[in-house]
Amino acid sequence: MYDFAYHKPATVADAVKLLADPDAKAISGGHTLIPALKHRLNKPSAVVDLSGIAEMKGIKRVGNAIVIGALTRHAEVATSAEVKAAIPALAYLASHIGDVQVRNRGTLGGSVSNNDPAADYPAAVLGLGATIHTSKRKIAADDFFQGMFTTALEQDEILTAIEFPIPEKAGYAKMKNPASRYVMAGVFVAKTGGAVRVAVNGAGPCVFRQADMEKALAANWSADAVAGVKQSADGLNGDIHGSAEYRAHLVGVMAKRAIAAAG
Amino acid sequence: MNVVAPFEGIGASVRRKEDFRFLQGRGAYTDDFNRQGQLYAWIVRSPHAHARIKGVDTSAASRMPGVVAVFTGADMAKDNVGGLPCGWQIHNKDGSPMAEPPHPVLALDKVRHVGDPVAVAIAATRQQARDAAEAVGVDYEVLPAAVSMDAALKAGAPQVHDGAPGNLCYDWHIGDKAVVDAAFASAAKVVKLDLVNNRLIPNAMEPRAALGEFDPTTGDYTLHTTSQNPHVIRLLMGANVLHIPESKLRVVAPDVGGGFGSKIYHYAEEAIVTWSAGKLARPVKWTADRTESFMSDAHGRDHVSHTELALDADGKFLGLRVSTLANMGAYLSTFAPCVPTYLYATLLAGVYTTPVIYCEVKAVFTNTVPVDAYRGAGRPEATFLLERLMDVAAQETGIDRVELRRRNFIPTDAFPYQTPVALQYDSGNYHATLDQALKASDWAGFEARRAEAAKRGKLRGIGISTYLEACGIAPSAVVGSLGARAGLYEVGTIRVHPTGSVTVLTGAHSHGQGHETTFCQLVADKLGVPVAQVDIVHGDTAKVPFGMGTYGSRSLAVGGSAMMKAMDKIIAKGKRIAAHLMEADVDDIEFERGIFRVAGTDKTKALVDISVAAYVPHNYPIEELEPGLEETAFYDPKNFTYPGGCHIAEVEICPETGKVSMVNFTAVDDVGRVINPMIVEGQVQGGIAQGIGQALLETCVYDADGQLLSGSMMDYTMPRADDLAPVSVATHTTLCTHNPLGVKGCGEVGAIGSPPAVINAVVDALRDYGVRTLDMPATPSKIWGIINGGRRMAAE
Ligand SMILES: Cc1cc2nc3c(=O)[nH]c(=O)nc-3n(C[C@H](O)[C@H](O)[C@H](O)COP(=O)(O)OP(=O)(O)OC[C@H]3O[C@@H](n4cnc5c(N)ncnc54)[C@H](O)[C@@H]3O)c2cc1C
Repeated sequence: MYDFAYHKPATVADAVKLLADPDAKAISGGHTLIPALKHRLNKPSAVVDLSGIAEMKGIKRVGNAIVIGALTRHAEVATSAEVKAAIPALAYLASHIGDVQVRNRGTLGGSVSNNDPAADYPAAVLGLGATIHTSKRKIAADDFFQGMFTTALEQDEILTAIEFPIPEKAGYAKMKNPASRYVMAGVFVAKTGGAVRVAVNGAGPCVFRQADMEKALAANWSADAVAGVKQSADGLNGDIHGSAEYRAHLVGVMAKRAIAAAG
Repeated sequence: MNVVAPFEGIGASVRRKEDFRFLQGRGAYTDDFNRQGQLYAWIVRSPHAHARIKGVDTSAASRMPGVVAVFTGADMAKDNVGGLPCGWQIHNKDGSPMAEPPHPVLALDKVRHVGDPVAVAIAATRQQARDAAEAVGVDYEVLPAAVSMDAALKAGAPQVHDGAPGNLCYDWHIGDKAVVDAAFASAAKVVKLDLVNNRLIPNAMEPRAALGEFDPTTGDYTLHTTSQNPHVIRLLMGANVLHIPESKLRVVAPDVGGGFGSKIYHYAEEAIVTWSAGKLARPVKWTADRTESFMSDAHGRDHVSHTELALDADGKFLGLRVSTLANMGAYLSTFAPCVPTYLYATLLAGVYTTPVIYCEVKAVFTNTVPVDAYRGAGRPEATFLLERLMDVAAQETGIDRVELRRRNFIPTDAFPYQTPVALQYDSGNYHATLDQALKASDWAGFEARRAEAAKRGKLRGIGISTYLEACGIAPSAVVGSLGARAGLYEVGTIRVHPTGSVTVLTGAHSHGQGHETTFCQLVADKLGVPVAQVDIVHGDTAKVPFGMGTYGSRSLAVGGSAMMKAMDKIIAKGKRIAAHLMEADVDDIEFERGIFRVAGTDKTKALVDISVAAYVPHNYPIEELEPGLEETAFYDPKNFTYPGGCHIAEVEICPETGKVSMVNFTAVDDVGRVINPMIVEGQVQGGIAQGIGQALLETCVYDADGQLLSGSMMDYTMPRADDLAPVSVATHTTLCTHNPLGVKGCGEVGAIGSPPAVINAVVDALRDYGVRTLDMPATPSKIWGIINGGRRMAAE
């Protein structure tokens, strides 16, 4: 690691002020940022620790949505009675992120802000059509994820909470990368207010919606419906663990499994 | 007085003594040692696979905070520091010696692989050293790289070393080609197979580390290092690199967190910290981070082979022909040249009566990390080749794969058995281990399990490997004649203290094997001293007389035998003392488990009576016998030992994703006499985990420019608990006939026998897809490719 200043503000407003420095970086669970710092891939002037901000914590039901504070750890989402009752697919997803240590440190806000193409949460956020609450505004999931490790967040903008509408049905399935165990190809399907959304993570450079599958499922909610949809390999990731064609194939397999899980 | 708790002797599953400190986090590893005034080293490593060094600018780095020195290869050359030596010389087919290009500690004119050390920054803290290392300016002229063996052997390929034309280290062979060709000419059937043995990165849990110290008042150097063989490091570094006499150099390998071969070799960093400590008269420590481990620990395996088997009409083997390319990497690591020759080609008879064998091996330099022995070293490569070949031959002759193996087994009454490739096996019973494994795995019931799996949409397969290996290395005269530049005996000292407790000094080194328990059991068994009163000292050249270290499953077979010999001397001397004390003739004294007895009487003396007399010689045959009760023995083995057995793997494949899941693994190994069954089970399980890792998960990947793509845990797939299967481990013993314990060794059998069993199971699961060759690892994407291709073929 290179040297940096360390701040631990108690409010979102104070954190935003500290992040006005373009070389400052927020930290939540640190399970992405700290490895990057250790590898000296990042040289922030200051690290702004958000973990002391009470207003960014907690899980609550608000009307027909579950609102989860950005600092909520994966393990908390996985075990939350509220989440399990309303959106079991989200609890299931959280319970399969990384390993025990990762789930006890990593946070929803950190994961979604980071927008790793191989991360789990972005699929749920996009698949459920969630709304991202920030220190400045509310952003629809469709506008939030902009590319590999890129989001709509500005430098001094903090993700404070995510509002997940409660779906009629939702399911998630993923194939893990054999080495990193991050997502190699994952699919989150949801039917919310009658509308079907299918979000694909891991396979491409950024989480994306699979429009053909959405159309097919809207007409016929069944695994058979997506079996006929061919995911194109164009623009998907290929690496030493699998080609773009393999990932495209996995999208089809995971979609079927996600639908089966959704019931 | 009966001091023997019988359950602690040979055959008892005594709990591992060392685990008390390991499980409580109280182990003392190299990085745990810190000295007053200690400095930290950070190595500047090449980012290029191949480049000319036009200049190294250390001026900015030298001025940075906390920096004490920045050294380059030129600084070491000025001090006459020698290159890293190679411990084995192979000769070419024409009798000329192999190419042995220099291996500078810090690169001089060229870098030859990503990670090649170029300079070292030394500072008051590790961070400062790392900051300074980043500020060292190296002016590289990047050169085209020879990365794959294929590319390196092409005409006009980039030359890794001027002294190795065509990137050829050696072109070696064994066997009589004409005789083998004649056998092929008369064959009813010839089976051919091309195989790759995938390159592996060892990844011991503890990264390498080294702490160098120099005492200016005495001129003594001390090196703490993560080594499997501290005396060998002292010898190689002292004599070849730094020119320090053994008497002035102490090498300590304290607790070491796994080695698997990768910590046998003398590495640059050991010489760097020792030499720097001398230059600066301050302790200097280096500890690798995981990234450095990936690009600086010696890698393993990496063979490409073509093989042909000649059979008669009954499926009896007539001859075997093998041609192998073996990757050496950019430099010759300490034992690299012997791995694909004498630890590989000599194993190609396996458990079979193949009468004639010819094998040629070309060793190739490439712009990659050096390759050397890794758990099994050469023997896994031979076993994979033979046992894949068995299955292909079975398929192509229509003979059942178990029957084909059985038909060609060396008969149980044929020992000692002379193979056509130099080795003479002393004992074994391959039918027995096979039968036991078939039964334990319910081989006969497999088709029902396959049908049940098919109902669940899974492809189930079963695979077998009947293997043999050679370990307990090795007779010094034999290996000397084959090019070893060292003897391979072991040394043991038994020190019986005045009040009867025992210290054992051994040249073997424990880095996970449980020596501190197993060796105590030998003493408990032979001398009757309870395990709690025996201590094992290893890993310190200042304490242990000498030793060749631990690798090649040699510690018990060779090191344990040295202890047995030393204990024989203790008993012989003890008998003379006992005879004196009991006023009997020495020939009438019997000894068993701690008790000296005058034969046929009830007159006895316990070992402690003898040790007291030996150290307090008031009533003692002082004219004929020196006081004290300590004996040292060197044991040079008469032969290798030959563990063998049968491994059976059962897998299920998800046809949708291509993922292979291990569902069952059965191992029946003949490791000779078992001293501690629990430790043997653990060793075999660990080896199997690594074998499954090689078969299904692990592989080292370089891109065409020589960048390491599998350079971290994010991309290099280490086996995890849920990748493994329930492993059932059993033993079937035939005794080694030529060492005093009858032991053969168990450290490597798991990693040697298992990979072909797993791959044979995968191929069996894919039997409807007509798979003939399948290179490791059988990753999901590879298997999906096969299934997908197969489907497509069927559809067309
Ligand atoms: C071994 C290992 C395995 C893992 N496996 C998986 C896996 O299988 N699936 C998966 O999805 N993830 C995985 N992760 C990642 C893990 O889930 C991370 O914790 C998560 O992605 C980031 O969350 P964090 O709270 O740790 O973020 P941090 O590391 O603290 O921050 C990550 C980034 O987000 C920024 N940031 C953090 N919080 C906010 C905020 N509230 N507003 C704006 N910006 C913010 C930071 O500045 C930083 O750039 C793994 C991590 C490890 C170490």
